[in-house]
Amino acid sequence: MTSKAINLTLKVWRQNGRKDKGRFEEYKANNISTDMSFLEMLDVVNEELTLSGQDPIAFDSDCREGICGQCGCVVDGHPHGHEKGTTLCQLHMRHFEDGDTVVIEPFRARAFKVLKDLMIDRSAMDGIIQAGGFVSVNAGGAPDANAIPISQEIAEKAMDAAQCIGCGACVAACPNASAMLFTSAKISHLALLPQGKPEAARRALSMIREMDALGFGNCSNERECEAECPKEISIVNIARANREFLKAGFFSSVM
Amino acid sequence: MQLDAKIPSGPIQDKWDKHRFELKLVNPANKRKYDIIVVGTGLAGGAAAATLAELGYNVKNFCIQDSPRRAHSIAAQGGINAAKNYQNDGDSIWRLFYDTVKGGDFRAREANVYRLAQVSRNIIDQGVAQGIPFAREYGGQLANRSFGGAQVSRTFYARGQTGQQLLLGAYASLSRQIAAGKVKMYPRREMLDLVIVDGKARGIVTRNLVNGEIEKYAAHAVVMATGGYGNVFFLSTNAMNCNVNAAYRCYRKGAFFGNPCYTQIHPTCIPVHGDYQSKLTLMSESLRNDGRVWVPKNPGDKRAPGEIPDSERFYYLEEKYPSFGNLVPRDVASRNAKEQCDNGRGVGETGLAVYLDFRDAIERDGQDVIAKKYGNLFQMYEKITAQDPYQVPMMIYPAVHYTMGGLWVDYNLMTTVPGLFATGECNFSDHGANRLGASALMQGLADGYFVIPYTIGGYLAGESMTPVTTDHPAFQDSMGQVKERVGKLMSINGKRTVDDFHKALGHIMWEYCGMARNNDGLEKARGMIQELRAEFWENALVPGETENVNQSLEKAGRVADFLEFAEMMVIDARHRQESCGGHFNEAFQTEEGEALRDDENYCYVAAWEDRGPGEDPVLHKEPLEFEHVKLTQRSYK
Ligand SMILES: Cc1cc2nc3c(=O)[nH]c(=O)nc-3n(C[C@H](O)[C@H](O)[C@H](O)COP(=O)(O)OP(=O)(O)OC[C@H]3O[C@@H](n4cnc5c(N)ncnc54)[C@H](O)[C@@H]3O)c2cc1C
Ligand code: SF4
Ligand code: FES
Repeated sequence: MTSKAINLTLKVWRQNGRKDKGRFEEYKANNISTDMSFLEMLDVVNEELTLSGQDPIAFDSDCREGICGQCGCVVDGHPHGHEKGTTLCQLHMRHFEDGDTVVIEPFRARAFKVLKDLMIDRSAMDGIIQAGGFVSVNAGGAPDANAIPISQEIAEKAMDAAQCIGCGACVAACPNASAMLFTSAKISHLALLPQGKPEAARRALSMIREMDALGFGNCSNERECEAECPKEISIVNIARANREFLKAGFFSSVM
Repeated sequence: MQLDAKIPSGPIQDKWDKHRFELKLVNPANKRKYDIIVVGTGLAGGAAAATLAELGYNVKNFCIQDSPRRAHSIAAQGGINAAKNYQNDGDSIWRLFYDTVKGGDFRAREANVYRLAQVSRNIIDQGVAQGIPFAREYGGQLANRSFGGAQVSRTFYARGQTGQQLLLGAYASLSRQIAAGKVKMYPRREMLDLVIVDGKARGIVTRNLVNGEIEKYAAHAVVMATGGYGNVFFLSTNAMNCNVNAAYRCYRKGAFFGNPCYTQIHPTCIPVHGDYQSKLTLMSESLRNDGRVWVPKNPGDKRAPGEIPDSERFYYLEEKYPSFGNLVPRDVASRNAKEQCDNGRGVGETGLAVYLDFRDAIERDGQDVIAKKYGNLFQMYEKITAQDPYQVPMMIYPAVHYTMGGLWVDYNLMTTVPGLFATGECNFSDHGANRLGASALMQGLADGYFVIPYTIGGYLAGESMTPVTTDHPAFQDSMGQVKERVGKLMSINGKRTVDDFHKALGHIMWEYCGMARNNDGLEKARGMIQELRAEFWENALVPGETENVNQSLEKAGRVADFLEFAEMMVIDARHRQESCGGHFNEAFQTEEGEALRDDENYCYVAAWEDRGPGEDPVLHKEPLEFEHVKLTQRSYK
């Protein structure tokens, strides 16, 4: 690790609550160690703002290791910044150059609301899961875990989809602000596994309908979601979810 | 007050069955007449809320994050233990029970640990039924790996994201109950007080983290599932929002606090590298399955690791502990790393690191196999350090990770306040003085899915409950106190930031109440904490507005509680004149430097009772009796 210090200019979206119109404001971030994470850089700026009597920048984070999905904003036009397969908390300052100007703004989508500065309300994503992103099984009475063998290949594929951290970057990246990558990842994960199969078609129908109802846009295969997803969730999942959706549509039309 | 752990009578293997039979039941039609508050949506809270709702209770569930899916449990990497014996390598309920009691250095309650080992099997069944994509063998059977402190392979995992997948399973069940209207979810809320009416827990007061409103909620019982307090050290592997305030507020309202000084320092974390650092990142213990820990034999050897030949490397764990090798329990591994660094063999810029080397595993199994097992961990490491662990050994150092102490609970997981239960990491429960790897996930889910749903029914059915609404004066009182405290924090208007106080506290705790402790240091620390606390209330600077998003205010409240709680930790550590597990007092060690217990005088749970501000807490003892596991000096040789 060879660390050096760099100086940056930040253009940060400031918005004091839902009703405020919001605007960009400029700050200096000086003497930033390249070993810092992006959020640690914001911490440092916030300490300085606090000491100089200004309001620190509100932003969400929790795990700071790329797994909880709580962090995220758009950095220079990219949700979670420009590094591939990286959440904002995992983005390190060694990927910036001395003298850079960095533009930071919240994830924007019709279904998301800015609460303050970079902090948003993404509860609509929970709403999509509540519409069917589960196997209907109560605690107790499950059969032995090894009763149904699942091939390694299927388990791995399900895991690829299940890795989604629910951050919403795919929504922010999509020109239609669709949540299709997120929704399809859950539909796929469960449809691949024997435990999820019985409800697969119904689940797809109800989750995709709910996604529309909550104000997310339609998927028109723009692929930006896949490119920006910090967990590299594949759009193969969207095709798989569409198959389940069509099956469900077919059954409900013949029933 | 006499502590009664309410351990059922009879042979240990029958206790839980017998107890479940003896617990009174709530008639199914009556369950909907009961409201239950669950604070926390991690494995313990999420599982409890979902399961209680499945049973028919009305649940109100609270969390700090914007979604229940983001609780700190999501970050657990390595795996979850269960006594399935799928590998046919001699595992059993009895062995998991034994390993856990021994791993905890004989400071856990036997009956609880046995129950934990029993229900561990159901957890895996439940997880698979929920659609958790656990790792599989080619034949389609579930795969296992080994974890520290065990010689069998009983750990189930989902790549390096086991906690994530288990939590998403609980979150799925919870979401189903939210959709069914049985759980009302309150995200972005922070519990700031417990409300007691007629001696029973009947509600909570929270702050809405979006608009700053102070809110009140009533119920027939309150379940705490608010996680651990490792962030008292400022730097830890815990998520940023982990705190002690919910549990501490319960303590202030009469719940005893068990063993606060038992802290787990995890041996394999990415070393500290700057004072701006906000947290430390764990590298899962599972890496010790294939990684070999070493330091240069010669102190001060500054050569690159690749240039140091095998003959000049000291594989100290393998040499000192031939039968467990790199898989000794965490407390032992951590202390050994510290010892090597103290002796000048540490590596890296600061000299506070040891190597964890995958060279031999990659040669033996190929990079593909190693990547499949640990790929995401290697990637995480590379993102932070810009070094590729496939090419150069990882550098690791111990960091604060888990807190075994917590709210004291009886066998029913009820605290000393009737109607107040505690589950998961926030109770003191099952791990004694040291938790084995992959056992926290197991305990959280055991408590949430399989223990609390029964025991809370026993409580509710056995009590006559007067109707209580939030109009009761106790709620008004509590709200008044919370508002006053918030007002006080906002009006200090000093010159030092809250983070700065938190860092200062962290330094004190790490230095004097960390991996190795001694009486002088602990006494000194107590004075330093008192001084820092006094300064905090005069000189802290909390910007922003009360009735808006205000993250500085949130932190200020948490740090204020840490500053009080830290003193209790130090008091507990000073009082325990022995070493055991995660509590290592330098005056008490064997000739080989292992923790030396004093079973004659300290074979008990220390449960502390609050006596109000400015008063020392009062010690109560729950004696520990070992009928099934013989008390011995732990040995992993
Ligand atoms: C990096 C890391 C890796 C780990 N890996 C493993 C592993 O491989 N295997 C293993 O067994 N264990 C592991 N552990 C330990 C394990 O993850 C935790 O002990 C466990 O998940 C705790 O679960 P919990 O449900 O008790 O609490 P948490 O998951 O911490 O949940 C706490 C909940 O309480 C809420 N809360 C807290 N305070 C308040 C408040 N005041 N008001 C309202 N809500 C509040 C939070 O919002 C959250 O929802 C790991 C821990 C870490 C840090
Ligand atoms: S699909 Fe990717 S971008 Fe979208 S929510 Fe999941 S992890 Fe985030
Ligand atoms: S803070 Fe958890 S993913 Fe970034």
